[in-house]
Amino acid sequence: MADHLLEVRNLSVEFHTAGGVVKAVNDVSWHVDRRETLAILGESGSGKSVSTAAILDLIDMPPGRITSGEIRFDGRDLLKLGAAERRDINGRRIAMIFQDPLSHLNPVYNVGWQIVETMTAHGQSRAKAQAEALRLVTRVGIPNPAEALRKYPHEFSGGQRQRLMIAMALAMKPDVIIADEPTTALDVTVQAEVLALLKELQGETGMGVVIITHDLGVVAEIADRVVVMNAGEIVESGTTRDVYHNPRHPYTRKLIGAAPGKGEMHAPLSTAEPVLKVRNVMKTYGTFKALDGVGLDLMAGETLAVVGESGSGKSTLARILLRLDEADAGEALWKGRDLFRMSPVELFVLRRDLQMVFQDPTQSLNPRMTVFQLISEAWVIHPEILPKAQWRRRVADLLAQVGLRPEHANRYPHQFSGGQRQRIAIARALALEPELIICDEAVSALDVSVQAQVIDLLNRLRREMGIAFIFIAHDLPVVRDFADHVMVMRKGRVVEYGTVRQVFEAPRDPYTQALLAAGLDPDPDVQAARRAERLSVRA
Amino acid sequence: MSNVPAMTDGTVLPDEPSAPRRFLRMLWADKFALAATIILLVVVLMAVFGPALLGDVAQKQNLRGRNAPPFDWERGWLWWMGADSLGRPLLARIIVAARNTITVAAGAVLCSALVGTALGLVAGYASRRVGEAIMRLADVIMSFPSLLLAVIVLYILGPSVANVVVVLAITRIPVYLRTTRAEVLEIRERMFVSAARVMGASSRRIVLRHILPVVLPTLMTIATLDFAYVMLAESALSFLGIGIQPPEITWGLMIAQGKEHLTRAWWLSFWPGLAIILTTLSLNLLSNWMRIALDPTQRWRLEMRGRSNG
Repeated sequence: MADHLLEVRNLSVEFHTAGGVVKAVNDVSWHVDRRETLAILGESGSGKSVSTAAILDLIDMPPGRITSGEIRFDGRDLLKLGAAERRDINGRRIAMIFQDPLSHLNPVYNVGWQIVETMTAHGQSRAKAQAEALRLVTRVGIPNPAEALRKYPHEFSGGQRQRLMIAMALAMKPDVIIADEPTTALDVTVQAEVLALLKELQGETGMGVVIITHDLGVVAEIADRVVVMNAGEIVESGTTRDVYHNPRHPYTRKLIGAAPGKGEMHAPLSTAEPVLKVRNVMKTYGTFKALDGVGLDLMAGETLAVVGESGSGKSTLARILLRLDEADAGEALWKGRDLFRMSPVELFVLRRDLQMVFQDPTQSLNPRMTVFQLISEAWVIHPEILPKAQWRRRVADLLAQVGLRPEHANRYPHQFSGGQRQRIAIARALALEPELIICDEAVSALDVSVQAQVIDLLNRLRREMGIAFIFIAHDLPVVRDFADHVMVMRKGRVVEYGTVRQVFEAPRDPYTQALLAAGLDPDPDVQAARRAERLSVRA
Repeated sequence: MSNVPAMTDGTVLPDEPSAPRRFLRMLWADKFALAATIILLVVVLMAVFGPALLGDVAQKQNLRGRNAPPFDWERGWLWWMGADSLGRPLLARIIVAARNTITVAAGAVLCSALVGTALGLVAGYASRRVGEAIMRLADVIMSFPSLLLAVIVLYILGPSVANVVVVLAITRIPVYLRTTRAEVLEIRERMFVSAARVMGASSRRIVLRHILPVVLPTLMTIATLDFAYVMLAESALSFLGIGIQPPEITWGLMIAQGKEHLTRAWWLSFWPGLAIILTTLSLNLLSNWMRIALDPTQRWRLEMRGRSNG
């Protein structure tokens, strides 16, 4: 067998938890060669990060325990080396890029100091390290590099911070870079740039890249080979094209099938009188214009998708429509009455009609309340909806409606998975029998397959109950199968508004076009074609 | 990876037992908390029945037995801990003193916690101006030397158990107020509070139903720590002659009285000191247990332990 750059053989890791021993990964083997990119694809809890944590000696033992296997690097088994030798390899030969650069950069030191430190920690002289830091920061494309080195992490945008993390990882010219969800926290357009940068740097240095992700699009864009993990085991591995076009394992098929943006597009309903008319909404925070003259029309039972990257003002719009924040100017007519100027009493009645489902169900459900308490709270607040004797039965109905079981009513939110929690949040919103539900990134924190289920659920509710939705997302493919109209926002302004078909097939605004182009298609061939196109444009 | 076992689709958990049984089982699982509960029960029993049963014995002077040493098994069990400088049995005095001590400490802690928390909730959730006003009030109390305040108030009102409770409570209010306000300011921005607002929940409901339960564990920990502080502060006041007046006794007062005999008769201060330590330690252990037992996301730690032990 030829020697690979880095090879994991038959690795098994256990964690001792309250629920007994959990096999985080079981008999996992993979390898990566020079100039090669391997993607480890899996959903949350699949154990995709565990094997790389073992490589970098990041598993806390106990509760973790490596029960079998070896990790071969440079002809040696890393698991048999001492702590000092491991440290010498970590960072210098094998470097890591994390998901959330803000929490992995130290906020009290400037970034120059931090990049220099990674080099001096491995024995480089300070002067040389400083010169190298400047070169790296220039290389990863930070504007004004000399000045940037003296700035602190919070002064950079998310994408720039991830570039800085890459610069830090590259500082010691490692042989292998492990990137754990490097672009998950980034906007789509920024994601494409960061992936392109990684690919370019790989071409220059010839390093091996291991990228851990849940996103088929990222795999299609960057990986040569992919291993698919589910429940701690590798269910499929092969070249990216092979796995995408001929998935053998049912799980892989399910994962590929769940990728959004392939279904039938909705034709909008025939024009009726809009239930919600928003005109010229303004909101500023200090000198920052969060909303700058936003307007929209929403028909009864219709779904409007609001798409935009971070800072586009889409969440501010949701908060203002629900009066969680006050608008500076403008009007929002709900059935002809301006909800910005409603008295508290009128607003209280209105609350029944307008509901919201939040991004992260872990945070939007009070951890100290049972599911029954969470859902029935709606009727405590609005007792006219339902007499107390029927609460139990209605909670059971609602749970069944969102695909949970009635006996789940006495459990607490933490006992459910992320997707189930979002169903609870939806059931809670339904308890008030609303006419409009605003979903603020309601599926973006969920795994792809779960995302598909939740969107199916919302689709069904819309058909059966005629509820209108304002669906806020940062990603276009998610809204493609679900929305009737799409509104694209940028820097507090609406840059494009139209039916799904118009926006997806003939986008007029350059920003919408860029957004569509930056979205990653799960098909590696499509991505390859797009890359070639981009190169030819540049040449 | 999260350590909390998440339920996947399709799993059915066994039905949970009724609340009192669950709590008893969780208490059994934590042996320290169990011991603490027993000690606290004994202290409460002492406070309730002690004065009625042993009040006379504790006051009866016996000048031949002055500073009698402890562990003299030939005399009655009341003398096992020795006797004080007037020959009164220490064990009996500690039992009788439990009532005043617990009344003052529990009273002061409860009053200050209640008032402080209520004001803190208002300061954290109400408008800026109201919040600022309350905070400045707390600053005034904090910047005023608490002992001076106590001396003035007790001098005017006259020393009694109720007045000592009031004075101690006032000086401790800012602790709860500031903690509560700081936590409320953080929690009110959480998403489940927004969710409740979207449902139309009133401010009162949000504060009491959604915010208070999250703040409560922190407050409970502070309150148990404060319990010890208040006991000692009370003894300081008593030492100055403006707190509890002899012949009434408290543990703090007993320590103060024993201080001058410390070199010859250590037991005069030692036993009441031990009583204070045991009580506050027990409270701490119990509040630690309660913090976990009342938190649905942490509760499994105790339930798991119970299962593996039993």
